[in-house]
Amino acid sequence: MATYAERALDALGDPTRRLIFKRLRAGARSVGQLAHGMDVTRPAVSQHLKVLKQARLVVDRPQGARRLYAVDTRAIAALRQWLDGFWDQTLVAFKQAAEREAAERKA
Amino acid sequence: MLEPSTSAAIDPNSVRKVVAVKAPQDVAWRVFTERMGAWWPLATYKIGKANAVDAVVEPRVGGRWYERGDDGSTCDWGRVLAWDPHSRLVLSWDISADWQPDPILNTEIEVRFIAEGKDRTRVELEHRRLDRFGARRDEMRRIFDTEGDWGRLLESFARLAAAT
Repeated sequence: MATYAERALDALGDPTRRLIFKRLRAGARSVGQLAHGMDVTRPAVSQHLKVLKQARLVVDRPQGARRLYAVDTRAIAALRQWLDGFWDQTLVAFKQAAEREAAERKA
Repeated sequence: MLEPSTSAAIDPNSVRKVVAVKAPQDVAWRVFTERMGAWWPLATYKIGKANAVDAVVEPRVGGRWYERGDDGSTCDWGRVLAWDPHSRLVLSWDISADWQPDPILNTEIEVRFIAEGKDRTRVELEHRRLDRFGARRDEMRRIFDTEGDWGRLLESFARLAAAT
């Protein structure tokens, strides 16, 4: 069973989707805005957005007659947690803080 | 920096971590409980909508464990289930697999502070009752546990992906 993080990484394995995702990190965009200046058609952009949405990397909301797409920040957090190992990263941060405190007391 | 777990058998409902800290037991306890906001990786591991600026453990059984946002809002992570100063802390972790507050989730984190000489403390952490994540237990266990080399490999992939 693929995790959300694995699905996200699979979705980002495509260079066009990475470019779309990168553009969305700068702020919410419509399909037309995303396709502008890119070497792909609007239907192709829509198709890529659909994959990103299924991978939970992107969320969309209606704005007037069009839809705006944006990065799902919760997906980014989940991806990082999965990559880093939650407790390893957290305990290493704790160890550093405790040792800093102990060294300051000695000084 | 982290030692591998000593127990050979892997419990699917629990993650165990041990870290050796060059600090006296009381310092380790205080940094963990009183100054959590100073070391918890709030930039990535936070739940609320606001930017998290602090993580707080109320110093008593039944106390809240929560993050505080830069807008003054708070978001509960869990409760204090056991409070034995300098030696043992048990917290509930009430955050769902979708990283949303879930007050009835009730997974448990036990942290033991074991003095090993005057300037060294062995800190043992167990995150257990992961069965409460239901069908997403294994996924969550992988997130809480280390990913080792596999994780580092993917991290470099993610960096590459971000730079493309």
